[in-house]
Amino acid sequence: MVPNDRRYSEEHEWVREEEDGTFVLGITEFAQDELGDVVFVELPEVGAEYGEGDEIGTIESVKAVAELYTPIACRVVEVNQKVVDTPELLNEDPHGDGWLARLEVDDPSRLDDLMDAVAYEQFTES
Amino acid sequence: MTEETALQTTPLHSQHVEAGAKMVPFAGFDMPLRYSGQVEEHHAVRRAVGVFDVSHMGEIVLRGPGADAFAQWATPNDVGRLRIGRAHYSSLLDDDGRLLDDLLVYRRGENDLLLVVNGATRAADVRHLGELLGRWEGAAVELDDQSDRWALIAVQGPLAEGVVTAACERLGGPPEVAALRYYGFTETAGGQGVIVSRTGYTGEDGFEIYVAAEQAVTWWRTVHEIGAARGLLPCGLAARDTLRLEAGMLLSGQDLGPHVTPLEVGLGWTVKLDKGDFVGRDALARQQRDGLERRLVGFELVERAIARHGDRLSIGESGGEDSLAGEVTSGSWSPTLERGIGLAVVEGRRGFAAPAAGTAAEIAVRGRSVAARIVALPFYRRPTG
Repeated sequence: MVPNDRRYSEEHEWVREEEDGTFVLGITEFAQDELGDVVFVELPEVGAEYGEGDEIGTIESVKAVAELYTPIACRVVEVNQKVVDTPELLNEDPHGDGWLARLEVDDPSRLDDLMDAVAYEQFTES
Repeated sequence: MTEETALQTTPLHSQHVEAGAKMVPFAGFDMPLRYSGQVEEHHAVRRAVGVFDVSHMGEIVLRGPGADAFAQWATPNDVGRLRIGRAHYSSLLDDDGRLLDDLLVYRRGENDLLLVVNGATRAADVRHLGELLGRWEGAAVELDDQSDRWALIAVQGPLAEGVVTAACERLGGPPEVAALRYYGFTETAGGQGVIVSRTGYTGEDGFEIYVAAEQAVTWWRTVHEIGAARGLLPCGLAARDTLRLEAGMLLSGQDLGPHVTPLEVGLGWTVKLDKGDFVGRDALARQQRDGLERRLVGFELVERAIARHGDRLSIGESGGEDSLAGEVTSGSWSPTLERGIGLAVVEGRRGFAAPAAGTAAEIAVRGRSVAARIVALPFYRRPTG
């Protein structure tokens, strides 16, 4: 259930390295299930720069609100406008079409501090 | 996950787990939050039919020669005018007229009443009624908490009548269910029986079925079998909350509680000051005479945002003579209206008038001031005819 092509944060974000060297950020299946039906997604501006752990957006479901954090220092190069227009995408396909932002990262080695799929699965089960 | 020991389960718990429901602790029970999805379940109730396990609710029986007179004193609505086969909405108050809980009173016979109370407050309600019995000087009353013996299944939505009628026919439930008027009920004769009332907490037509705990699974499955062809979905607490909020119905422990009186939260119609003495009457009569210092209001957000429980709401220039300020007691996205809605309790100078529909308000939503306006309750009224 948890894809092993990416890394995971304790805040239930995932980051995946793309072939072009950028990184895509999203939230996990576990996170969307905790939130329930998502109705708004607020994403950062393209070009904005953030430090590790900064809040970069907000996800609101009918029931709750969650801040979106970046687990790694980054510059935002693209956001997924489709998920802003169709927030259900985040519930339907959080690991795929429901991705949130594409990032440039100066120090990708920091990603090694994040969990792999096995560790994340254990983290969510504990 | 932290350890949630000593959670109770309803007789339908295994059905929820089997159906893959997301379960959460609520009112001391492990309850279904949602099955397929909150919004989908919400729409099923508005457009077709949904079924809820609300067996966490408490059933308290008052019987004996003094039962009617005791209930008349213990609750603010007029039990004297409640006929056999009818229920009414009422509450439990303390001596200061503050709300301990809201409830339904069913009259099953002369001196034979069923009080249906909220799950989270059930134990406190039983204690409160016991204390009142200690002060009671009338004829004998038997107070019997039967909550563990009853399961409660709510079938709600425009297609509920057909489903409940067919289920009653198949399982030997009470007859004439379709002929029930709102807040009417009917029950089978003999034994613990089955009670079906035309009541609910969703703003739609619907029924609540009280059955013995051992029969709960049979009724639950039968309702599903009959409802399947009509678009019935099992619905969880999440959908129940948005449905009741759209219908302008208050949530005990949140919109109503010891912080307010019935007069302050729009429940003046359940308070019969002219019926004789009752618990809290003097305080409420005084409040009626002197005017209110707080009121419950409904609001909607003008911007695309959602106010949540605890957010601050203000109306008018801060410190101004007519300014009002208070706190959101329920706030959510409305799946039907597709905007943020909610209830707030606002305070002002004594005797202030309820703010008119359309009045501008501001709500501090996570550090940002968001534009809102006051709206008349309910937010949603079902189409009639």
